[in-house]
Amino acid sequence: MTKKQINNILIWISAILLIVLIMTPGLWVVITAFRPQVDIMAKPAVWIPRNLSFNQFETMLFGGSEGSMGRSKVPVLSYLRNSLIISLVSTFIAVLIGTLGGYAFARHNFKGKNTYFFLVMLTRAIPGISLSLPIFILFSKIGIIDTHLGIIIVFVALNVPFTIWLTDGFFRQIPRAMSEVAMTDGCTRLQAFWHIELPLSKSGIASAGIFAFLISWNEFAIVSNLARSTDSKTLTVGLMDFTSQFTINWPGMCALAVFIIIPALILTFMVQKHLVSGLTFGGVKG
Amino acid sequence: MKKFLNGPWVLLLPTVIVLACVVFLPLLISLWTSFTPFKLTRPDTLYKFVGFRNYERLFGNYDFWVAFGRTVLFLTIALNLELVFGLGIALLINKITYAQKTLRTLMMFPMMFSPILVGFQWKYIFNDNIGLLNNFLREFGISPKPWLVDTFLANMSIMAAEIWSSTSVFAILLLAGLMGIPKDPIEAAKVDGCNSWQVFKNITLPFLMPFIFIAMTIRSLDVARAYDIVQMMTGGGPAKRTELLWTLISRTGYVDAKMGLANAMSYISIFLSIAFTFFFFYKLMEARKILSYD
Repeated sequence: MTKKQINNILIWISAILLIVLIMTPGLWVVITAFRPQVDIMAKPAVWIPRNLSFNQFETMLFGGSEGSMGRSKVPVLSYLRNSLIISLVSTFIAVLIGTLGGYAFARHNFKGKNTYFFLVMLTRAIPGISLSLPIFILFSKIGIIDTHLGIIIVFVALNVPFTIWLTDGFFRQIPRAMSEVAMTDGCTRLQAFWHIELPLSKSGIASAGIFAFLISWNEFAIVSNLARSTDSKTLTVGLMDFTSQFTINWPGMCALAVFIIIPALILTFMVQKHLVSGLTFGGVKG
Repeated sequence: MKKFLNGPWVLLLPTVIVLACVVFLPLLISLWTSFTPFKLTRPDTLYKFVGFRNYERLFGNYDFWVAFGRTVLFLTIALNLELVFGLGIALLINKITYAQKTLRTLMMFPMMFSPILVGFQWKYIFNDNIGLLNNFLREFGISPKPWLVDTFLANMSIMAAEIWSSTSVFAILLLAGLMGIPKDPIEAAKVDGCNSWQVFKNITLPFLMPFIFIAMTIRSLDVARAYDIVQMMTGGGPAKRTELLWTLISRTGYVDAKMGLANAMSYISIFLSIAFTFFFFYKLMEARKILSYD
């Protein structure tokens, strides 16, 4: 064997090891969701599932008869509904606002532009848990704690900065000349934006939207403190319902985890390409 | 009016309004609260001004400084390891020509996981009794370890979860950088007799610098997501052994209901996050300037 072949084999071995390392934790959770309780607790460990069970999903969705492990059932469907409403609405508003902002940063030159851009990004750097304290106080005062509305407002603010970052990158990839021609022909800035740049950056904006959806879908720190009941608790917060002080319902939690990860998985695969180009383009070619 | 409509501020107005209401106003409330002895159980205390008493109390608070030190140390180690691993993975995938796209997609797997799920899956793997790791050790006759109980092991376990979840951010962005490197200077250097280390050090790395700082900036924006992971895995325990600044804030504010003190802590944590972000953003700007000169 030549040196090059050995090299190639080594590279492939490390790549495969890496993939195993990356995939195992997640796959193990997925597998556990379909395993019967006895298998999970078995000692010595049972590595290959002997039989699959859909019990956890049945209990979760239809409230199964025995209420698995004697615990009260978790209202997963309510949580799912809350997650969907909150994530979809906040994403829509955030993309609307963020796209306008991104356009302003990409196409206008104004004094202190970089500073303002940085300031907007900086709002994202504030730890969720720190921000949740005053928002908790404020929302209790005006009475929108534990409501969809309150959480949606917060998520919009969380998502606007990244939407601006991404759309700014996408707009810059479109040649300036196109909208300039439109403007010399009598379009206003907004008309040029609406007729020229917006259609051209449609897919970029869509991926910014999916990205915003994922941030909302996955958020925990803020929503776990603002949501108190089934009225507004989301799936990520619901995950905590399976743990009590001394016991944890592992298979139930795994089943809910599968529930949370599947939409995220599909959506991320859809946007991965745009995500990388959007983040790097805006950053490198300033 | 026409000037305003054609200018940037009409476009930025909604952003400004949203951020003012949801970020800046709460930060002002937070600042005020940090000067009061506000407790959730006694609403009237919100209007009692006590000056810097909360901050003074923090300076003498041993638990706070331990959590603060642990947070800084944790972030420093985690971010550096993520960068090194991410760079390694990017270089590795860049070398592979067959199925490179598939590999890249697989690498993004951890990015899809909500931090709370990352915490959960690692809590499950590190579980004393039924965890994957201890089951594995038992198969080989090694005695199982108390991964989430022992101080050192618990912190390492959390670090492992954090690194698992965020290394791919570095890997993906650095790979994008590597793919954009022009081939000519590398060929020329090789013809002139540079070895691979010299090529890497003098051509690849300087070109990658802006990408490294973008990745660092993006990461420093969401370092506080480690809260979700820790909250899930250990809740800061056992006996405060894995307490980070953020879990301490959450416990002080919501469990002990000492909002005033928690807000004082959270101001310090905000400055910490902003300092991290500012540092890397500044570096990014510097690197960008250097690149645009050639």
